[in-house]
Amino acid sequence: MKKRILAALLASATLISMAGCSSTQSTSSTTSSAGDGQSSATEAPANSGDATEAPAESGDATEAPTESEAPGEDKAAVDCVDDITLADGEGKVLNIAVWNDDWKKQFEQYIAPHMPKDVTVNFRITENKENAYQNKLDNDLPENESKSADEKIDMFLFEADYATKYVASDVTLDVKELGLTDDDVKDMYQYTKDVCTVDGVLKGVSWQATPGLFAYRREAAKEILGTDDPDAVQAELSDWTKFEAVAAKAKEKGYKMLSGYDDSYRVFSNNVSKPWVDENKNVQIDDQLMAWVDQTKKYTDEGYNNKTSLWDDAWTKDQTPGQKVFGFFYSTWGINFTLAGNSLKTPEKEGGKLEVGNGEYGQWAACYGPASYFWGGTWMAAAKGTDNPKLVGSIMKAFCCDPDFAKAFAKETQDYANNVPMMKELADDPDYGSTFLGGQNHYALFFNVADKISMDKCTIYDQACNEQFQGAFKDYFDGKVDKDTALANFYTKVKEKHPDLVTP
Amino acid sequence: MAQPAAVGMQAPAKKKGGIGKYKKWGYIFMIPFVVVFLIFQAWPLIQTFYYSFFEYYKTGLTWVGPNFCGIDNFAAIFDFSRVNLFALTYNTLVMWAIGFIPQIIISLLFAYWFTNVRLRLKCMGIFKTIIYMPNLIMASAFSMLIFSLFSDIGPINEIIKTFNNGEPFRFLSNTWSTMGLVGLMNFMMWFGNTTILLMAAMMGINESVIEAAEIDGAGSGQIFWKITLPLIRPILVYVLITSLIGGLQMFDVPQILTGGMGSPNNTTLTLIMYLNNNIGTSRNYGIAGAISIVVFIICAALSLVVYYGFAQDKTTREANKRAKAALKAERARRGQ
Repeated sequence: MKKRILAALLASATLISMAGCSSTQSTSSTTSSAGDGQSSATEAPANSGDATEAPAESGDATEAPTESEAPGEDKAAVDCVDDITLADGEGKVLNIAVWNDDWKKQFEQYIAPHMPKDVTVNFRITENKENAYQNKLDNDLPENESKSADEKIDMFLFEADYATKYVASDVTLDVKELGLTDDDVKDMYQYTKDVCTVDGVLKGVSWQATPGLFAYRREAAKEILGTDDPDAVQAELSDWTKFEAVAAKAKEKGYKMLSGYDDSYRVFSNNVSKPWVDENKNVQIDDQLMAWVDQTKKYTDEGYNNKTSLWDDAWTKDQTPGQKVFGFFYSTWGINFTLAGNSLKTPEKEGGKLEVGNGEYGQWAACYGPASYFWGGTWMAAAKGTDNPKLVGSIMKAFCCDPDFAKAFAKETQDYANNVPMMKELADDPDYGSTFLGGQNHYALFFNVADKISMDKCTIYDQACNEQFQGAFKDYFDGKVDKDTALANFYTKVKEKHPDLVTP
Repeated sequence: MAQPAAVGMQAPAKKKGGIGKYKKWGYIFMIPFVVVFLIFQAWPLIQTFYYSFFEYYKTGLTWVGPNFCGIDNFAAIFDFSRVNLFALTYNTLVMWAIGFIPQIIISLLFAYWFTNVRLRLKCMGIFKTIIYMPNLIMASAFSMLIFSLFSDIGPINEIIKTFNNGEPFRFLSNTWSTMGLVGLMNFMMWFGNTTILLMAAMMGINESVIEAAEIDGAGSGQIFWKITLPLIRPILVYVLITSLIGGLQMFDVPQILTGGMGSPNNTTLTLIMYLNNNIGTSRNYGIAGAISIVVFIICAALSLVVYYGFAQDKTTREANKRAKAALKAERARRGQ
């Protein structure tokens, strides 16, 4: 008898806890689908969780807000998006492959409220540690057509360094097949289209352009150069010779010009005159890359840098308040997201806000630096075999092609949207200023750099070459090997990634 | 062998049938293992050998091969002008030795103390648990911990900076300090395990042997060197062989510590890290297969050397020789 009572108790406890589970789930999905601009971005992950296959439940998004919440007469970005309809015969499950939840959050904030009710969106997140994301794509994409409709990858995101690998193969679709017209993409930056164009066919689009600048500490500039005015500082840093002279001055004042070895890499590697690999698969080292090597070796030996490596803890620490490093080469996202976040005394995780007074927020400025360059950027493409080509096309149109959305999105997120006329409007806006950069209109700077970006020297080997080149020369900067050994090590490493390459 | 049974040895034949009845079950019980072994071990093993003679890899999204290429893969991994297997074997063995030498010394000492009746140590359970503890931590987690502790801005360097004019010692940019850290981690992770094994061996020694030695006036040093050590030799050899094979396959600790680079200048790149680099992005089954085979041969050879060199002492070897000679003579006599 006792046993029976116990069993009944246990059973009811299980039932209650399950009911509890489902009720919390349903509440969280309603919060996320309410989609009121800013808040949904932060609340949405609670619902869809970090499980790779968690459905985003965007189908519930019925109550898209109709009234604008942005200050002034401008519409909020989420309201610029038209409701998306599902074309006849398209699948009800949309699978999107990504490597983190950055874009997932933006999707949930801006697009999800306008998605067709009966479509389930699954984000398949594979972290890109040790190339895991690409390995997954490499396995899945060639087999995509043979999968069942709900299993197929419909859309995936990728970065500049390995863009060519996918767009040059037949696993991606022409955006025209998705319903995008030449008119839709006419305002995009040419380089963002060049990256994804193979034999005249455009196979991917981006919502952002990523021109780079040199961001510096105003305090340090005053101490080293006697001024923190961006124009005056730019005059002092306008070429590499001047840059080095300032580095020497900075050392006298107890500052490091740069944090580490890789900081200026993109500024050189984006200005090369030949691609990494020629048509006969010979690896070729551009003079610009060797210029980076020589400069970095000199800076290291002279003590102009802190010997850190990109993304390591010491490098990140150099961006936090009170560190004696003059500045960083960073592009749009780097300044607006990474650097701004690192400048805080109380990080956002601990409840700190992105506002002046919290650490060094507002005490930075930006100038062009010695050469124009870009860094990073994310593109999206439709995977061959998708059963939702039109739906993917509609999402691309809404997120990457709509000028009103581009402008509102840029203002809300501080990201640099991929729309030339709209960015020009922002760049010319005398009232606009970034609080992080002490009121400087960073769009004006970005705008001038973005025009100069060219990306016509892409190869499928770029990622391996860039990573291994930076890695191999670390030993040279540390004084462990000579230049020739470092170069030989680079050749070995790059051949491990691409055995078909020909090296000396 | 079966013929004599037919000549009229009824009873043994019946007995054999009895064994046969049960023998069937032995085979049946073995089936799951054999099937799993054949599918998941033997077949891949054969394929590894096979593909080591082929050019077979992926570049970007395109597969190349398999094209037969003779011994090109083996030539490539022994190419002295670049990273080659000799250098990698050296790296691997040095890092193994840095960890193993202190490990075996400390383990012998601890095992001797823990099993020594005259010391009568208290709270042995606690000690045993504590020294075994590091082995329970995941190697990668342990590696991350050491990485943060010894990084340029880590706590160890904060201490070093105070009496080195603010300059950190860059542990992971110097060959010997990086090798030392790998050795240290392997030592800390495995000395507890070795201690427990050696304790088991020492507890197996008959107490009366040691008492007899004591009565004869042997000191504790003499007892250790002349009695304990020779008697635990088989276990010592076992520890050495397993550690050596484990050491040759060293991967996770240096991989995490150096971010897969084997920095500086590939001096902490181990055999398996090299294999991983070749299989990681490019799925280079040819080169990776060739490396696996060489590692297999090195492991087998070293194990044989250790086994024949140390497992049997001089008298056993001579006894074995005599026995073999006697057997030979016996066979020759029968043959006549």
